[in-house]
Amino acid sequence: MTASMISLDRSASAKTSDNRLTNAKSDSCKSSSCGSTAKPDDMDPATWEKIKDHPCYSEEAHHYFARMHVAVAPACNIQCNYCNRKYDCANESRPGVVSEKLTPEQALRKVISVANEVPQLSVVGIAGPGDACYDWRRTKATFEKVAAEIPDVKLCISTNGLALPDHVDELARMNVDHVTITINMVDPQIGAKIYPWVFYNHRRYTGIEAAEILHKRQMLGLEMLAARGILVKVNSVMIPGVNDEHLIEVNRWVKERGAFLHNVMPLISDPAHGTYYGLTGQRAPRAIELKALQGRLEKGAKLMRHCRQCRADAVGLLGEDRGKEFTLDHIPDAVSYDERNREAYREVVARERGNHAAAKSEAIEMVKAAGPDGSLHVAVATKGGGRINEHFGHAKEFQIYEASPRGIAFVGHRKVEQYCRGGWGDDATLDGVIVALEGIDIVLCAKIGDCPKKRLADAGIRAVDSYTYEYIETAISMVYATEFGVDLLTGTA
Amino acid sequence: MAFKIIASQCTQCGACEFECPSGAIELKGENYVIDPKKCTECEGAFETQQCASVCPVPKTCVPA
Repeated sequence: MTASMISLDRSASAKTSDNRLTNAKSDSCKSSSCGSTAKPDDMDPATWEKIKDHPCYSEEAHHYFARMHVAVAPACNIQCNYCNRKYDCANESRPGVVSEKLTPEQALRKVISVANEVPQLSVVGIAGPGDACYDWRRTKATFEKVAAEIPDVKLCISTNGLALPDHVDELARMNVDHVTITINMVDPQIGAKIYPWVFYNHRRYTGIEAAEILHKRQMLGLEMLAARGILVKVNSVMIPGVNDEHLIEVNRWVKERGAFLHNVMPLISDPAHGTYYGLTGQRAPRAIELKALQGRLEKGAKLMRHCRQCRADAVGLLGEDRGKEFTLDHIPDAVSYDERNREAYREVVARERGNHAAAKSEAIEMVKAAGPDGSLHVAVATKGGGRINEHFGHAKEFQIYEASPRGIAFVGHRKVEQYCRGGWGDDATLDGVIVALEGIDIVLCAKIGDCPKKRLADAGIRAVDSYTYEYIETAISMVYATEFGVDLLTGTA
Repeated sequence: MAFKIIASQCTQCGACEFECPSGAIELKGENYVIDPKKCTECEGAFETQQCASVCPVPKTCVPA
C-alpha cells in the first residue's frame, strides 16, 4: 500500500471546496502549513516529542493515533470498591474488563497483527485487567517481546502504584516513558472508603492502615518517575460524596510532585456489574458535575478530558474499540510484522498535522476576533483525523467543543447509542441521543437525514451537515461567525 | 494440612501462584490447583496463608 492510498479514516479522503477555505483574516500572525506544528506554545520540545503520538497524553494526537491494551496482567494486589474482578463481558466498556487473558507470547502475536492492520497504532499499553506492576513478570516479558519486534512502538502501563516503586528502574530501562497511576485520594481516611484492602509485604492490610500504605507508595512511585523524566498521568475516579471535593487536593498534590496530566473520570457503578459501589447504590456523577469539577481544576495539573474509560483489551482510536476483530481466534498462529502500513500512515499524518494545526489556529483567531460575547456548544461526529467525517446516524459518540471569545476548546465527549442501523433509524434510540445532547446548540456531522434533523430542531438543536470533511475547528469557526454576525472576509463583527 | 481453591469462584488471576512460598499452586487446564503434598499452609513462612490473603474473591482459597 502506498502513502497516497492511506487516508486518515477509512472513508473518502479529505476534500474541501475553495469557498469554505476562505478564512477570516485576523491581525494575528498567520501560520502557514509549512513549519507550523501542533505543539502547544507552553510545552518544551522534549515533552512534546514524547507525547505527540500518544492518544492518551495529547488530545491532538487522539484524532490520529490508536492505542491497544494487551490483557496480560490479571493478578492484582489491592481491592477497589468500583471493581469486580469476576466480571467479564464482551459488551461492557470499562477499565478492568476483558474478553480473554493473554500470555506474553499471545500478546506479541496480537500486537503484530494489530500493527499490520491498524496503521494508526502508536502505543501498546498494559492496563491489567489486574495491576501491571504487581503482575510484573508477565508485564516485563510482554514489553521485552514487543520492543524486540516493533522497536518504535511506545510502551505504557497503568498501575495502582502499590508495587510501582519496585519497578521504576526497570521501567526506565525498558524505555517505558508513560505511566498512569490511579490516585483517588491523598487522605487515608477517604482512602479507607474506597479500598477495603491491600496486599503488601506478604500480608493483607485493611482500613486506614491499608490506605496509608497505598498513599505512601503512590507518592513515592510518582516522585521516582518524575525524577527520571518519565511522564506520569494520574487517573482519579470521581465518587460523589466520597472523594469528589477531595480531588482538588489530589490535583494539588500530584501537580507538586510532577504529574504531567490529571484525568478525572466518572465512577461507573451499574448494579449489574456486581461491584461494591454498584450493589450499595453509590451513584455516579452526572456529566455536568464532572465538568464542573474539571472546571475547578483548570489551574492545577493539566487535565485530560478525552478519556473514554476503555477496557483492558481495547484496540483502536479512542472512542472506537476494534478489540473484537483481534481476539485470538482471529489471529493466525504465525504472524510477522510489516512496518510499511504504519510508516506510510505516519507520513500522511505528519503532512496533515501541519495543515490541521494551521487551520486550527486560524479558526481560533477568527472566533476570538468575533467580539466580546457569544458562546456555542457544539457536538461533532467524527471518526478521526480531526475532521467532520461521520454520519449522524453512525456516531457512537459525539466530541463536544465550546466556542467563545476565549477560543475553541475541546471539553469532552458523550456516548450515544448508534441511531441508524442498516438503513433505518429507531425513534426510541433517537430520543436517547437527544437526551445525551442536552445543552448542545449545534451538531456538526458529515450527513444527516431530514427526519432526525427535524427531531433535533424540535429539541432546540441545529444539525449542520454542510461542512463535511472540513477540519473540526474550521467548521466551528464558520458556524460561530455566521451565528455572531462576523463578515468572513474581513473578520470584523 | 493443605488449602484448596474453589474452582467455580476462581477468576484465574494467578496472584496466588506467584505468592505461594512452596510452589504448590499451578494452572491445570482452566483452573489453578493447590498440590496438597506441597502445601504447608505457609506454616513457619508467613503469618497468614498467602493464597487466601491475596485472593480477590472471598472464601475461595480455603482449608481442604
